[in-house]
Amino acid sequence: MKHFDYVRPASIADAVAAAAEPGAVYLAAGTNVLDLMKGGVIRPNRLVDVTRLPGLDRIEHLPDGGVRIGALVRNADLGHDAHFAKSWPAVAEALLSGASAQLRNAATVGGNLLQRTRCGYFYDPASACNKREPGSGCDARGGENRLHAVLGWSEACIATHPSDFCVPLVALDAVVEIEGRGGRREVALEALHRLPGDTPERDSVLEPGDLIVALRLPGDAAGFAAHARYIKVRERTSFAFAVVSAAAGLRIEQGTIRDARLALGGVAAKPWRARAAEQILAGASPRAEAFRRAAETALADAKPSGDNQFKIELAQRILVRALTLAAAGTPQRVPALPASPFSSKAGALIDA
Amino acid sequence: MNLPISLTVNGVRRNVELEDPRVTLLDLLRERLDLTGTKKGCDRGQCGACTVLVDGRRINSCLALAVSLDGADILTIEGVAHGSELHPLQAAFIAHDGLQCGFCTPGQIMSAIGLIEEGQAGDDPERVREGMSGNLCRCGAYAGITEAVLDAQRSLTGAKQGRAA
Repeated sequence: MKHFDYVRPASIADAVAAAAEPGAVYLAAGTNVLDLMKGGVIRPNRLVDVTRLPGLDRIEHLPDGGVRIGALVRNADLGHDAHFAKSWPAVAEALLSGASAQLRNAATVGGNLLQRTRCGYFYDPASACNKREPGSGCDARGGENRLHAVLGWSEACIATHPSDFCVPLVALDAVVEIEGRGGRREVALEALHRLPGDTPERDSVLEPGDLIVALRLPGDAAGFAAHARYIKVRERTSFAFAVVSAAAGLRIEQGTIRDARLALGGVAAKPWRARAAEQILAGASPRAEAFRRAAETALADAKPSGDNQFKIELAQRILVRALTLAAAGTPQRVPALPASPFSSKAGALIDA
Repeated sequence: MNLPISLTVNGVRRNVELEDPRVTLLDLLRERLDLTGTKKGCDRGQCGACTVLVDGRRINSCLALAVSLDGADILTIEGVAHGSELHPLQAAFIAHDGLQCGFCTPGQIMSAIGLIEEGQAGDDPERVREGMSGNLCRCGAYAGITEAVLDAQRSLTGAKQGRAA
């Protein structure tokens, strides 16, 4: 690991000033940043430790039914917060399906939003990667790419965003509060992450020094709580990133879907909101036929970036599964295997 | 740049001067404080061998900078027994063959102490397995580990209820 300066500012203003310098990186729990530094993937000159900044570790339930989550709230604390999980069950399920208990105890909400792709070529300094080293090429294009993007990718980069948490958040219109050199501003989570285009080295719209201080979910999005799920296919039962995942929220009145929220994970460089598919579900009967049509619409523009044609069909099936399970009703408690498409009862099958 | 930090490790206050901010909590424990019970497996947060409790919560000590944890309370495998009396989880791992080579065992036990403290898994084997999935065991002693955790969970929560009554 390259040597770096360590600073621990006492205020947000000091943190922003310290992190705006070239080569500076924020440090919260470090579960992603230290891993990247150990692998030589990033080589910061300065770490700006934000873990002692005051006031960023609170979960505030707002009068309109929404919630404001400080950027330093730990994933486990949010996922296990009973009040939060009652209003935002798909978000809690996504949080508890990610990583391991140890990592969830450390990792922060703000850090989760900004975690880097898990593309193996990004992680390997000996490989060409336009995201790690602009202009160097993309070894993923001709390499092991069965887990790479099928939506929104470019010739320069086919990496995916790895977050589970972001998938239901983007479905539910989450907003990010950012403190920067120009003061405070808000960005819809859907607009935070960038598609690669010709500049895959820029993951997000954040500018140097920008610090995510909080995340907000609007009160009206809690209206999906009765029919909300996050479903994730992994290559092992637990402690694995999504091959493909989906968040589904439905408002069902008198047997008809009034409103739907859908998003996909593991398919693109950002959490992927499926608005056209939501339109198809509004006014439809919550049945397999409508779910399948919505899923086909959500993936209509998908194309393989390598050996990953299968992800297009898989993503559709996982959307149908998420919708089917959401329509059946949110479980009282997050299941023993959060987000698993497989039944936890031995021998029982769930048919999509 | 000298960075003085103070940690409470297994109940003892330790003042340490770090010459370099790159030192992880894991390396500090093993290389500076000679507490080698905590193991370095992958050193990248993927195997759980380095699990310790920081302020009562289980984390991967390989992915935490020691300097960032200034003032924290750390519990490692060396601090769980009372003299020659094993911690109930240590005893349960022996009783249920929850190990073969033993390399992952300190991390497994610290993780299990954290799991029981979190109170989310209860006596559900599936929730115990899921809650322990951050600790890999290359010998494949998982069946015994699950039994050991469930057994210790019963005795520890039983003891707690006994005290409350």
